[in-house]
Amino acid sequence: MTFIPKPKVRHPSLPKNDLGFTRRDYEGALTTLCAGCGHDSITAALIEACWGLSLEPQNVVKLSGIGCSSKTTAYFVSGGHGFNAVHGRMPSIATGANAANRELHYIGISGDGDTLSIGLGQFCHAIRRNVNMLYLIENNGVYGLTKGQFSASADIGTRAKKGDVNQQAPIDPVQLAMTLGAGFVARSFSGDKEQLVPLIKAGLRHQGFALIDVLSPCVTFNDHEGSTKSYAYTREHYEPAVQADFIPFEREIKADYAEGEALPIVLHDGSRIVLRKIDQGYDPTDRIAAAAHIQERLKANEFLTGLLYVEPGQREFHEVNGTPAGPLNRVPYEKLSPGSKGLEKIISRYR
Amino acid sequence: MKPTDTRHPDYYHKVVDCQWACPAHTDVPEYIRLIAQGRFTDAYMVNREANVFPGILGRVCDRPCEPACRRTRVEQKPVAICRLKRVAADHKDEFRARLPKIPKLRNGRKVVCVGAGPASFTVANDLMPLGYEVTILEQLAEPGGLMRSNIPSFRLPQSVLDEELGVIVGMGVDLRLNSPVRSLRELLEKGGFDAVFVGSGAPKGKELKLPGRAEGGANIHIGITWLESVAFEHVKAIGGRVLIIGVGNTAMDCCRTSLRLGATDVKVMARKPRQFFKASDWELEDAEEERVEIVVNRSPKAFVVEGGRLRGMMFDVMEYDLDARGRITAERMTGEEFLPADDVILAIGQENAFPWIERDFGIEFDKWDVPKVDPVTYESTRPGVFFGGDSAFGPKNIIWAVEHGHQAAISIHQHCQGEPVTARLAPGVTLQSRKMGMHEWSYSNDYNPAERRLVPHVSLKERFKKLNIEVELGFTPDQTADEVQRCLNCDVQTVFEAKLCIECDACVDVCPTDCLTITHGGEEADLRTRLKAPAKNLAQALFVSEPLRQTGRVMVKDEDLCVHCGLCAERCPTAAWDMQKSFVHWPHAEDQPAPCHPQVKTA
Ligand SMILES: Cc1cc2nc3c(=O)[nH]c(=O)nc-3n(C[C@H](O)[C@H](O)[C@H](O)COP(=O)(O)OP(=O)(O)OC[C@H]3O[C@@H](n4cnc5c(N)ncnc54)[C@H](O)[C@@H]3O)c2cc1C
Ligand SMILES: Cc1ncc(C[n+]2csc(CCOP(=O)(O)OP(=O)(O)O)c2C)c(N)n1
Ligand code: SF4
Ligand code: SF4
Ligand code: SF4
Ligand SMILES: [Mg+2]
Repeated sequence: MTFIPKPKVRHPSLPKNDLGFTRRDYEGALTTLCAGCGHDSITAALIEACWGLSLEPQNVVKLSGIGCSSKTTAYFVSGGHGFNAVHGRMPSIATGANAANRELHYIGISGDGDTLSIGLGQFCHAIRRNVNMLYLIENNGVYGLTKGQFSASADIGTRAKKGDVNQQAPIDPVQLAMTLGAGFVARSFSGDKEQLVPLIKAGLRHQGFALIDVLSPCVTFNDHEGSTKSYAYTREHYEPAVQADFIPFEREIKADYAEGEALPIVLHDGSRIVLRKIDQGYDPTDRIAAAAHIQERLKANEFLTGLLYVEPGQREFHEVNGTPAGPLNRVPYEKLSPGSKGLEKIISRYR
Repeated sequence: MKPTDTRHPDYYHKVVDCQWACPAHTDVPEYIRLIAQGRFTDAYMVNREANVFPGILGRVCDRPCEPACRRTRVEQKPVAICRLKRVAADHKDEFRARLPKIPKLRNGRKVVCVGAGPASFTVANDLMPLGYEVTILEQLAEPGGLMRSNIPSFRLPQSVLDEELGVIVGMGVDLRLNSPVRSLRELLEKGGFDAVFVGSGAPKGKELKLPGRAEGGANIHIGITWLESVAFEHVKAIGGRVLIIGVGNTAMDCCRTSLRLGATDVKVMARKPRQFFKASDWELEDAEEERVEIVVNRSPKAFVVEGGRLRGMMFDVMEYDLDARGRITAERMTGEEFLPADDVILAIGQENAFPWIERDFGIEFDKWDVPKVDPVTYESTRPGVFFGGDSAFGPKNIIWAVEHGHQAAISIHQHCQGEPVTARLAPGVTLQSRKMGMHEWSYSNDYNPAERRLVPHVSLKERFKKLNIEVELGFTPDQTADEVQRCLNCDVQTVFEAKLCIECDACVDVCPTDCLTITHGGEEADLRTRLKAPAKNLAQALFVSEPLRQTGRVMVKDEDLCVHCGLCAERCPTAAWDMQKSFVHWPHAEDQPAPCHPQVKTA
């Protein structure tokens, strides 16, 4: 815990975004996580991305469940809306909120425990419904908040701080999301902001469910030798496969990629993600081949990172359900409420 | 860029902008913290060790530290370093017991100082505790040099001067007043001294030879001579309308003194526009507060004398062309203007003058008739004769005179011990952690956004009643309490241990002023553009670590805007960053190896 808050004083030449804000204007409350926690680096990446996209703070909705990771929502964009759901239930709240107001930016922050144990069902259904949100898992392989028990993402053979060895197979959120049909699946590392920031930007601009599984070392309970989610182990075993650069609609693509190397993906709003293959044999637009490749590398103890699968143009929740074009608070009352006669009619349909 | 060698004595010293800018290397942040704790005497002693005259300097120092203060870059106004020094001096308790002891046994060496200004007094201050017998010869009836004769008592009260000079005289200095030195040769040959220190200042005010100078002479005064006459009460009045020629600090003292001797209409005449003025901003502000009019672009042309009496002055009206950088590229006269005056005071500069130094016995002078003095040892071309203060390199200020005195004292000590004057101890820096607990530091690390406090002044109605009413009142306790918190503790250094870093980014993310970046190494110019906030201030160093263990990248810190909040060290899980207080050891004569000569007892 830090006892003095980060002072408001700032570098006088900090750049400003289109709204005239500096990065500092996207900060939140003082973190209460352990010093050195990967989650705090992710917070910094979120701040950088929200600032870079010039999001209006009041249009940001931050949702989470329970866990150290889930506390992250308090630490960025203090001007946004926030909801701390019960353990594993963030996806329901996000779905409901998104159903009511489709115009806001939804950022769900969860942990490996929150998502892959108690919230696994919720997670799957949010993907299935293709809720238009960024779903970010701060994945440390343990239940950090409850003092470091193995979570469902712990690898076989990884060692706990006190020596126990995990024997159960992990659930990989990336592979799960691929099989469930997600249109934006990425993996990254809290210690690599150059990779993470553009991924967050792209995920926020992607229309539909965007998952980023971020390896985020727990410096207190899972950063020792023998852990497969420590800073050192992650650095040795993570392998960037596809670098994704996010280019907002207004900016031109700078032609600094060699011919054939760069693959621009145009998003619904005209902005682009430019993919640059680092692993030449990898194809982030072929779901089956990509899934196979990811699995293969995992077997060899390598975490492939980057934008692992992308499929723009999927129909998201609102399109599928034919909801009104704007937020419900702008639908006229007469239309929104059927009135007692209308209600009668609806009920009679089910009699 | 190679990893930074933080063991170099300049590295951390430079981070403490004020201490680096102070010619005497006063440990400013240390004394400010002591004031914050109400430890005024301790604060006074920290000052005294470096600058010898905290009470004097706390009022009239030229304060090169303030424009250098980091706070000017973080917001705008520097910490009121000088005014806080005065707080320490005004509120100290008895401190004499803490002064260096004067040995009863003398070391048998005799040193003479010519002139009783701050430079000579510093030499005496440094050499007396080492057992030297020091004599100061002063032509005037009072000690202090220009501090007594020229700096007006409404800025520097006599009592403050008396106290701080008295401490040094009290060490047993043989101070001989009314003792002008008329021949250096005689002093050397007949005085029986082992070394001579020339601290005679730059005593000659510059002349302005224009038509009418001789005829109007009775009402045309040389600034520094006139101020001296006022100080010693030979002059007690001046005419109603006074023109001051020149716009340096002497001019400011002349105009304000005139107002106290009966002048009602005082104009300071400047040849150039305001941005070219030599006077410090605060001196200009103080003069303008007293309704002195500063007239720009007037170049003196002639003194107008009628009926044997000065009537005023004729000026050329000037116009200047400036380039983009504000430099003058062309000047022209656009007309003339006559301004009536009863008296004119010339304040256009000072010069050295050594009519009493013979030119034929080894002391060389350069083509401007200034003695050749070594800038490190302060020795002249004749071994055993040293210069310091304004006499060495022309008019400067008190704090420089003090530092020259410290350095000359080292040389004199070496010379008298038969050691080479060039064999000087190098400066050093030591570090001491300020960590008290998990998140506790033994300094107040929170950034305080308070604005600079203004020193209260005696009202305009009151202050002119007598010449010696000190205008500045000093900070109130509440103001002091606020002002001390503005100091950023630049001496509590961020010290990095590369092998401990796990590259978690916690420090980088928490730093409020974006000082830190972990990135791939590179050349400095390139590195400066790749940081979290571009490092544009080339005067401030970049710290570059050894390669980090996990990725081989480097930790880079731009020293420019670090507010020393310690958050990097607080957030670091491995204590790779620590906050450590730097102590700069700037050697004085007492630090040189002890004398190995027999000690003798004198009466
Ligand atoms: C009007 C004015 C205002 C100033 N205001 C400030 C200020 O606010 N802050 C600041 O820091 N500096 C100020 N200065 C500058 C500062 O006073 C000098 O830089 C400083 O006093 C120089 O010290 P010194 O020891 O070299 O010599 P001085 O102070 O000049 O002392 C030299 C002494 O030597 C004596 N002397 C000279 N020749 C002989 C001789 N042959 N025999 C015996 N004695 C001799 C002189 O009488 C004099 O007392 C001011 C200067 C002037 C003129
Ligand atoms: C319904 C419910 N069951 C169990 C808990 C206890 N609990 C709190 S946090 C947590 C796991 C958090 O793990 P994770 O989501 O990985 O977050 P981390 O702290 O590791 O970031 C558990 C099991 C709870 N708060 N609520
Ligand atoms: S902030 Fe304090 S330590 Fe830093 S330069 Fe200013 S006075 Fe000196
Ligand atoms: S002390 Fe550390 S965190 Fe604070 S400003 Fe300096 S580098 Fe940044
Ligand atoms: S907080 Fe400590 S361990 Fe983390 S990057 Fe900074 S110095 Fe390295
Ligand atoms: Mg976890």
